[in-house]
Amino acid sequence: MVHLSGEEKGYINAIWSKVSIDQTGAEALGRLLIVYPWTSRFFDHFGDLSSAKSVMGNAKVQGHGAKVLTSFGDAVKNMDNLKGTFAKLSELHCDKLHVDPENFKLLGNILVICLAEHFGKEFTPEVQAAWQKLVAGVATALAHKYH
Amino acid sequence: MSLTKTDKTIIVTIWNKIAPQADSIGTETLERLFFSYPQTKTYFPHFDLSHGSAQLHGHGTKVVNAIGDAVKSIDNISTALSKLSELHAYILRVDPVNFKLLSHTFLVTVAARFPADFTAEAHAAWDKFLSIVSSVLTEKYR
Repeated sequence: MVHLSGEEKGYINAIWSKVSIDQTGAEALGRLLIVYPWTSRFFDHFGDLSSAKSVMGNAKVQGHGAKVLTSFGDAVKNMDNLKGTFAKLSELHCDKLHVDPENFKLLGNILVICLAEHFGKEFTPEVQAAWQKLVAGVATALAHKYH
Repeated sequence: MSLTKTDKTIIVTIWNKIAPQADSIGTETLERLFFSYPQTKTYFPHFDLSHGSAQLHGHGTKVVNAIGDAVKSIDNISTALSKLSELHAYILRVDPVNFKLLSHTFLVTVAARFPADFTAEAHAAWDKFLSIVSSVLTEKYR
């Protein structure tokens, strides 16, 4: 159960309001597949993921990245109830997608790095800390219904 | 996990770009570590960790210089960091999980300061490299 102070929520919203969901989503998923190539095990049906160039140019990666980050937007809107918000998605990731929850942590950290890249100085240690809490909370919520 | 020729080239290129800011990168890396992962402060009860502290600056410099040493001996990181490895195993005994945390905040710092250079390939190479450095530093733990 993640507890975010008013200040931390402010940091998160300030960044989120300026995020290009499609672009950042594609970037984050692409980097996940490039930095941790074993994560491609879930995306054999995406086609060519053999190089950084092919991953970043892959339309399915871009589309799916956008989908994932759009869903992340629900987290930002419901920071006080992440478990409830992601209950159905948690079941899906366990029962249908069979994704090891460790991957949620990997993607969360990749997202933080993408945000740092986009926002530079604005992504201060305090802002990062708030985001680390949020991505950890989302990872926990997505793993919550696993059995 | 080992570094390809391409990885090594990327790592050295990035290092040369960031080296002039090594000191402040080190300080920022540690600040981010202590903010995002407050439990890491338990290793520094003897430090003033406030913003601008000389100890924080000094230690950040030490950490980044060690990373630089690993870059300069990229074909033999184990030998280059042998003494540091012993230090971490027998004296400091920092739990291995923390090397991942530090590696992450180092990457965040570099990404924030060098967005154009921190491409996906550079990110991958440096993540690998820091993972190897972490392994070397924990290889004598048991």
